[in-house]
Amino acid sequence: MKLGPAHDRVEVIAGLDISLSAGRTLGVVGESGCGKSMTALAIMGLAPKPHAIGGELRFAGQDLRAMPDDARRQLRGAEMAMIFQEPMTALNPVVPVGVQIGEMLIVHEGASDADAARAAVALLERVGIADPARRARASPHELSGGMRQRVMIAMAIACKPRLLIADEPTTALDVSVQAQILDLLLELQRDTGMAMIFISHNLGVVSAVADDIMVMYAGRAVETGPAQLVLTAPAHPYTAGLIATLPDIGHRQKILPVIEGSPVNPRNRPPGCAFAPRCKLVIPDCRAAVPPMVALGPSQRAACIRVAA
Amino acid sequence: MTEAAVSVWQLRWRRLARDHVALAALAVLFTLYALCFSASWIEQWFGVTGIDTDLMSRFDPIDAQHWLGSDEAGRDEFTRLLRGGQVSLSIGLFAALGSSFVGTMIGATAGYFRGRIDMVLMRFTDFMLALPALPVLIILAALDLTKLGFSENFVRSGDAGYWRIVLIVTVLGWTTVARLVRAATLSLVEREFVLAARAQGASSWRVLWVHVLPNAVTPIIVATTLRMGGVILTESALSFLGVGIQPPSTSWGSMLTNAQELMASNPLLAVYPGAAILIAVIAINFVGDGLQSAFDPRADPH
Repeated sequence: MKLGPAHDRVEVIAGLDISLSAGRTLGVVGESGCGKSMTALAIMGLAPKPHAIGGELRFAGQDLRAMPDDARRQLRGAEMAMIFQEPMTALNPVVPVGVQIGEMLIVHEGASDADAARAAVALLERVGIADPARRARASPHELSGGMRQRVMIAMAIACKPRLLIADEPTTALDVSVQAQILDLLLELQRDTGMAMIFISHNLGVVSAVADDIMVMYAGRAVETGPAQLVLTAPAHPYTAGLIATLPDIGHRQKILPVIEGSPVNPRNRPPGCAFAPRCKLVIPDCRAAVPPMVALGPSQRAACIRVAA
Repeated sequence: MTEAAVSVWQLRWRRLARDHVALAALAVLFTLYALCFSASWIEQWFGVTGIDTDLMSRFDPIDAQHWLGSDEAGRDEFTRLLRGGQVSLSIGLFAALGSSFVGTMIGATAGYFRGRIDMVLMRFTDFMLALPALPVLIILAALDLTKLGFSENFVRSGDAGYWRIVLIVTVLGWTTVARLVRAATLSLVEREFVLAARAQGASSWRVLWVHVLPNAVTPIIVATTLRMGGVILTESALSFLGVGIQPPSTSWGSMLTNAQELMASNPLLAVYPGAAILIAVIAINFVGDGLQSAFDPRADPH
């Protein structure tokens, strides 16, 4: 996937191979700027224009890249929904939340205003908001961060989508509210059987919800596999580094471990492995060619020549 | 459950209804309109006229029949003020709403779709802004409407002059609103809730109407209310140039211009239309403030 006008195009995501079936959750992990959100927007068809997406993008058997804009729009919200990091900025500040939820049903199911309003109250109740009839008339600024995120979730599930993309849905919330929101998402997934792509830079949060994990670095997947395996036996040095940065409760460390350096700019990606400049296990061959994804056992794959060797 | 079924517009109306200042201003405006548009009945009631000259009673003092005395041609000042208000208030309303409407449409389209559409619309706006107002006014005033297919009767009647003013003021006035709305739209479309609305499958039209414009209400209303006062005065300049409202019809603006020559003999004749314009503009501003907070729940004191 490339962004920018034709004469100045930058490849921001490359060689991504994702597949997800109903009822499963894929956790996407990586630092800021590694292409997590851009991947989500590309799936939704909302990537900033101008852009070019190569390869294949299929949803429930349909080729999304070949779909006309209007059909794509009708898919959004109805079949695939998305929730955002900052529930304050993702809600329209001047429209009552009940109306914003009801809008989904008006747009996609042609509901009447009254039906939409009733459904909105039911949805608010479904996502665990007390006194939903009163809250439906509240404006976003009158609700707490956790409630606002519940409202976002209510909007996202209003039309029972088959795919829910959650882009850092708990990052802006405090820890106890985080846990409630994660529980809510898992419960809704159990009930509706929707597939979920859960994006976070926080491995701890992802490990709580994901069936599979994909670790991204500089616009590429560097490791994929079942959550359990990736977390306990990381193959790629970057994944291992991320796991090492997680602070342990009970171990007071003077200095938290970090991965030295900063992510690469997609404009001047080094030849070879993008992580090489920061990697402790780097060998000269790392800088020669982009390492391919190599299977390690039945389900885990990593893009590192040190693992393949 | 039924109480939840409250639409955005009902909530906006309720917020407006709680705003006592705005309601009072609305009442003042309504009274002004009602008074002005019942001018002919009031004339009958007092047995006076604000149109016909009576040189025997020039500069009559204030009495029970002539509440505000009479002017330099012996016309009753009070009812003349009401007649002038008919023109000024409705031109103020129509021309200000007209220029806001045109400006909002153009600004929102330019800001939302950007790119080439934005380029074309904004260069057009710059062009309109750069046009020197006075020559344009004179040209528009010189247009022979009968050649444009309007009937002789319409052109000779006062209506033609009236609508000509509304049109001219709208044509010259929408540019400010367009630029303000474009700027607001440009920043609003970058906001996450607009992305979220698109992620929910809202169409461009819906995004603009439900998510962008209600958030751009503040600049629109401020520009509109400011415009209304400006329009009332522009009208007097136009009438002075011979476009539009001609004697014996009048407007607050032309009464004010007229009174300049009489400052020595009867300065009060300038005060009356001036005060009328002031009251109308202040009332409109308060109504504008009320509308603004009605649209923005964050401004709600409750």
